[in-house]
Amino acid sequence: MENSILKVEHLNAFFGEAKILSDIILEIPENQIIALMGPSGCGKTTFLRSINRLHELTPGARTEGKIYLFEEDIYKMNLIVLRRKIGMVFQRPNPFPTMSIFENVISGYTLNGISLSKSQKEELVEDSLRKASLWKEVQDNLHKKGTFLSGGQQQRLCIARSLSMKPDIILFDEPTSSLDPISSNKIEELLLDLKKDYTIIIVTHNLQQAARTSDYTAFFYLGELIEFNKTQALFSNPAKRQTEDYISGRFG
Amino acid sequence: MDKAIKLRFYKDRIFKSGIILLTVLSTLPLLLILFYIVKQGITSINWDFFINLPKPVGEKGGGIINALIGSGIIVFCASLMAIPFGALAGLYLSEYNRDKLAYWVGLCVDVLQGIPSIVLGIIIYLWVVKPTGHFSALSGSIALAIMMLPPIIKSTEETLKLIPVTIKEASLALGVPYYKTILRIILPMGLNGILSGSILSISRVAGETAPLLFTAFGNPFINTNILKPMSSLPLLIYNYAGSAYEDWHKLAWGASFVLIMSILFLNLVTKILERRWRIQF
Repeated sequence: MENSILKVEHLNAFFGEAKILSDIILEIPENQIIALMGPSGCGKTTFLRSINRLHELTPGARTEGKIYLFEEDIYKMNLIVLRRKIGMVFQRPNPFPTMSIFENVISGYTLNGISLSKSQKEELVEDSLRKASLWKEVQDNLHKKGTFLSGGQQQRLCIARSLSMKPDIILFDEPTSSLDPISSNKIEELLLDLKKDYTIIIVTHNLQQAARTSDYTAFFYLGELIEFNKTQALFSNPAKRQTEDYISGRFG
Repeated sequence: MDKAIKLRFYKDRIFKSGIILLTVLSTLPLLLILFYIVKQGITSINWDFFINLPKPVGEKGGGIINALIGSGIIVFCASLMAIPFGALAGLYLSEYNRDKLAYWVGLCVDVLQGIPSIVLGIIIYLWVVKPTGHFSALSGSIALAIMMLPPIIKSTEETLKLIPVTIKEASLALGVPYYKTILRIILPMGLNGILSGSILSISRVAGETAPLLFTAFGNPFINTNILKPMSSLPLLIYNYAGSAYEDWHKLAWGASFVLIMSILFLNLVTKILERRWRIQF
């Protein structure tokens, strides 16, 4: 296995009394695409949101166990540093509506009070938008509001916004579920491009998407990690009964 | 055509006409009031009306400069007090709507909305005017500020509640601290609602007489000291319309005209703001 970037040890997550995740143990390899799949309510999104500690924001939510990013305990890290190292793209495109495309891309810097020179800003914006393969479409309209873009473009803008922070890992929470098939394809192609430089963890409902894009797949069911393996191995030769049932469409 | 269908068609027509008729009837009083005030007031309006003090009984002419300045100052001070408090309370209610405190605050706001303005005037008289020993514009502003709070709180809360949680999460996921997320992302998005709520509440209290009777009291001269009694448009209308002199009645009509027009103008500004600054998300 490649170098692992993220190590999860005995992670439990709760909403009030309800246990959402139980005893997750997982090592995530660097520069790969890892798909988290499973039926609704299996805890995959909660797991994703535990990695950048967004889960704790919900009233009554808490976690137990440990997650290490490069050997560093994320629950002891500065929250701001952690979230700069682990970016996130959400289910629905959510560019900041009061900001232009340009401002959206560098918002991670301006909002955190990190000052950049004009040329640094321009370079960062162009670089991030190119990586998100949005540059060609918006280069003449950088100072228009991001919300005027189409859904797929908005989602790529959100990806550019995460990329500008130069994260190690990017979390994708069903990034294509609100997009049309063509926009979805673009995002999937983009993911394959991005894995050269980033580790990508993607939650998906879509089995084909997991099979097409990911290197590794984790199958969650009822809050437990049932199986984690190379995607090809998991799909062609699942080790567990539940995994087999799920990928063959017998439930979920 | 089938008879039953024809009958349906007519029923629909009658129903629709009924709705339109009742709607027109319900706006009729407003239009009549406007028409009457314009008719009575417009003749008093000229440049002198805006720059002169009211004349003593028996003298022709005179203006309402004292009331104009007074209304401006009193409402301005009330806004200075009410808008920051109202906006922050609205922010609290939308951000922490699960808290017990938020529930009670929300309830208090609803009750506050229902308190008659004359009662507020009397309470401020007891709490501010009596201890300080004299009527003052400031005490009037306090009474008006309390009246302004509920609409500002409500409109702020409603506007901020509409902002999708994921936009807040997007900011937090970039490592932006919570307070900056609120100040730089959430509040700017809600600015539209906060402003229109504030302007609407200004237009509502600009015409209030009762809370000012025992507080700002009125003043026949120009006064800009907020610790002294001050005139205002509704107070002037109240005093002069109730007098026995024809010249003073004319002045009151003119003042009513000015007041109504400013309120209409503020409402118009609110509508424009709401449309222009609507934020898509």
